[in-house]
Amino acid sequence: MVDVIKSNIPEGELSKKWTNYKSSANLVNPSNRRNLDIIVVGSGLAGASAAASLGEMGYNVKCFCFQDSPRRAHSIAAQGGINAAKNYQNDGDSVGRLFYDTIKGGDYRSREANVYRLAEVSVNIIDQCVAQGVPFAREYGGLLDNRSFGGVQVQRTFYAKGQTGQQLLLGAYQALSRQISKGSVKMYNRHEMMDIVILDGKARGIVARNLLTGEISRHSSHAVILASGGYGNVFYLSTNAMGSNCSATWKAHKRGALFGNPCFVQIHPTCIPVSGEYQSKLTLMSESLRNDGRIWVPKKLEDAKRISLGEISPSDIIEENRDYYLERRYPSFGNLTPRDVASRAAKERCDAGFGVNLSGQAVFLDFKDSIKRYGKEVIESRYGNLFQMYEKITADNPYKIPMKIYPAIHYTMGGLWVDYDLQTNISGLFAAGEANFSDHGANRLGASALMQGLADGYFVLPYTVSNYLANDIQTGKISVESKEFSETEIKVKDRINYFLKNNGSKSVDYFHRKLGKIIWENCGMSRNKEDLNSAIEQLKTIKDDFWRNVKVTGRNNHLNQELEKAGRVADFIELGSLMCHDALNRNESCGGHFREEYQTEDGEALRNDETFSYVSAWKYNDENLSPKLFKENLIFKNIELKQRSYK
Amino acid sequence: MNLKLKVWRQESSKHKGKIVEYKVHDISPDMSFLEMMDQLNQSLIEKGQDPVAFDHDCREGICGSCSMYINGQPHGPENMITTCQLHMRSFNDGETVYIEPWRASTFPIIKDLVVDRSAFDKIIQAGGYISVNTSGNSQDANAIPIPKENADSAFDAATCIGCGACVATCKNSSAMLFTAAKISHLSNLPQGQVESSSRVISMVNKMDELGFGNCTNTGDCAVQCPKGISLDNIAKMNREYLKASLKSEK
Ligand SMILES: Cc1cc2nc3c(=O)[nH]c(=O)nc-3n(C[C@H](O)[C@H](O)[C@H](O)COP(=O)(O)OP(=O)(O)OC[C@H]3O[C@@H](n4cnc5c(N)ncnc54)[C@H](O)[C@@H]3O)c2cc1C
Ligand code: SF4
Ligand code: FES
Repeated sequence: MVDVIKSNIPEGELSKKWTNYKSSANLVNPSNRRNLDIIVVGSGLAGASAAASLGEMGYNVKCFCFQDSPRRAHSIAAQGGINAAKNYQNDGDSVGRLFYDTIKGGDYRSREANVYRLAEVSVNIIDQCVAQGVPFAREYGGLLDNRSFGGVQVQRTFYAKGQTGQQLLLGAYQALSRQISKGSVKMYNRHEMMDIVILDGKARGIVARNLLTGEISRHSSHAVILASGGYGNVFYLSTNAMGSNCSATWKAHKRGALFGNPCFVQIHPTCIPVSGEYQSKLTLMSESLRNDGRIWVPKKLEDAKRISLGEISPSDIIEENRDYYLERRYPSFGNLTPRDVASRAAKERCDAGFGVNLSGQAVFLDFKDSIKRYGKEVIESRYGNLFQMYEKITADNPYKIPMKIYPAIHYTMGGLWVDYDLQTNISGLFAAGEANFSDHGANRLGASALMQGLADGYFVLPYTVSNYLANDIQTGKISVESKEFSETEIKVKDRINYFLKNNGSKSVDYFHRKLGKIIWENCGMSRNKEDLNSAIEQLKTIKDDFWRNVKVTGRNNHLNQELEKAGRVADFIELGSLMCHDALNRNESCGGHFREEYQTEDGEALRNDETFSYVSAWKYNDENLSPKLFKENLIFKNIELKQRSYK
Repeated sequence: MNLKLKVWRQESSKHKGKIVEYKVHDISPDMSFLEMMDQLNQSLIEKGQDPVAFDHDCREGICGSCSMYINGQPHGPENMITTCQLHMRSFNDGETVYIEPWRASTFPIIKDLVVDRSAFDKIIQAGGYISVNTSGNSQDANAIPIPKENADSAFDAATCIGCGACVATCKNSSAMLFTAAKISHLSNLPQGQVESSSRVISMVNKMDELGFGNCTNTGDCAVQCPKGISLDNIAKMNREYLKASLKSEK
């Protein structure tokens, strides 16, 4: 028997739920707000927007990030754009359509009410950002420009060249800086949250480490918001920043917070292929490139061989010998099929031997036709910085030779389970942005993560956190001298001392690479029961080996980057195992989760709505026991479940 | 290829630093500079030595974390890129490579190649924003059309990544280019013009107060800037500053 959990979705018609919620939610009187403390972990789009908004409302906010400045959070790297149902292009877009596209894109594994709210507030985000001075791309008439992204047939993506994340984050960072200067937000740069403190069943603070001095400090609050990003780095090689990690959410999980859909991760089809063993991270080439680039491999095996060996160049392959396999398999969406579909199609061609580099793991993304149609200037104005970035990394000029690309892990749909209020099952503990299991179901559409991060921080949490804090106005300042705080601090210190004294023989990176390889091969683009079981066993061995043999040099009381990494990798190993358990439990293929046992005759994902229309929410069990599954049943009242087709 | 590295090692701001020599072998030209540093660090860890500390995160030229002085140039020999985007194909077998931290009194050294750039956050906090509330009750995004030209120049200025190369390369350790980029980003937009006078005065004053030097028009900052932030921004800032000072005297 598994327990069923509730998501606290407000009553009423889908389109009225959020309005009703807002008009009936509890409020906190402005004079009481300054007596209430809120901790925000993270300064990416979700964290910075939440901290700035709550600070502006008059709460006492403390915001933490591990970088030297909040402006460097991983959100800065987002390239392509942000969605909003503005319908400025008059191409039939609406809140309803964005809602529908998101549910369908997520392969019917997300919660209707949350997704509808996301689509609804998307329009406010653009207004807000323009008011803040975010320099979105504009048309000659001075109005905002849009492009289209995978999985949709309208143009609703707002962008700032290939640097949309940077511009949005700087907007949020500036709003945050304004609150810092007013004293309503206190910023803790180069601080890492090490654990969360639970008092009487409520999240009441955190224990943090100053990364420069090693000092461990206690911080109490009436509510804690985790906006600490995704866990893509469990794969070692990913498009995430080097420091992106799961430790904050994993610590919350170990303290009782449910982890939702951990096996739902997104493999992005257009990344620069791996070039060697030394590789430390992978670089994304924005999905927006698929608007104008065509993806192909040679039709003939011997052509693919000769290209890989450098004997012939791609331009030697005449049109009829090219296989534009996305256009062939999915004529109505062509190169703009959603990410999961496009990634698997690339893997299928490469597994069949048509890969175009030495490792056999690359396909072409070709701009020849668009350059011919629009001219080089137009293509340069659209993607100039991406082409430049590609050339710097590979030394190839994409205006002349097609880009080589291959799928890589990019985003994690899974994360802390949250209800309609973005509250976890622990009272007072909220999760926002990529850190929660979010609105994207089993697959996220391009340009929707930025939208979700800002929606959570600017527009949702200010209401839902206030609603929660309304019951706390009498509580008063929370002491950090309690037993719970001391115990948490001791635990944190013990772990640090363990690492420094261990004196093992293998570096942290050694384990991280090994972990990444196991997860990529067994819980990556395609999965099966046997591999997943074997991965769970292998991870036990790695975990054991890690704790016995990891070597961390240096001391605690100064900047020690190896120590930081050790703590993060320890948590990734445990999370990796949970991902495999989740993938094993879900006997169906949906979105980014492809189980080889469940596919149609022509190799498309085979969903099972009868049995698996639920969110898997896992509860941490003792070290050596398997996690316990809870289910949130997904009820679709406004959308008809269909087999997803992009043909 | 094989290289000789001369790396600045310094335990903390309180300790004295020095150049230490290391050798690295079998470096592939396709490796990034930071991957070469990773390889050096792995070999140091194997020997039980403390690895070289350096700031980095995105490794794709956008977060502004990485900050190394390579062979006497911030972000190394190539133009318009950050350290993390530099690849080993820019070096030759047998070469000696000098690797040092940013040098500026306003960016104190924390450890090895890591410096404290929090002064940049303080400059932004002094007014590098538009004072609107985040409530979402703003007018429709298309209510005020903005000429594409202005939007584009605002964007160009806004692409500054806050790396600090401009300060590090300047003989006066001036933060003019960084500050001017923000001022010009915001004042190119109608939304930002309302506060432009108070903004320029308070940001420039903050910059002086933090101890950044004066600008003597050498222009090295723009040459070394990995994002191509142009000197025009400084000229624009100076004009705005003058205008604002005259206004406040009235
Ligand atoms: C290369 C790339 C391109 C992308 N492009 C797009 C795009 O075009 N459109 C789109 O919609 N999405 C895109 N995405 C996805 C999107 O960028 C992310 O999902 C989103 O920015 C996540 O924001 P966040 O605020 O949740 O977390 P992040 O921006 O990852 O921020 C996490 C924050 O948490 C802090 N933190 C983490 N752990 C701790 C801890 N233990 N203690 C203290 N602080 C901690 C970090 O310091 C940081 O401030 C892209 C992602 C990548 C990798
Ligand atoms: S102006 Fe250029 S060099 Fe200076 S901080 Fe900005 S990006 Fe770096
Ligand atoms: S590491 Fe982000 S710019 Fe170099």
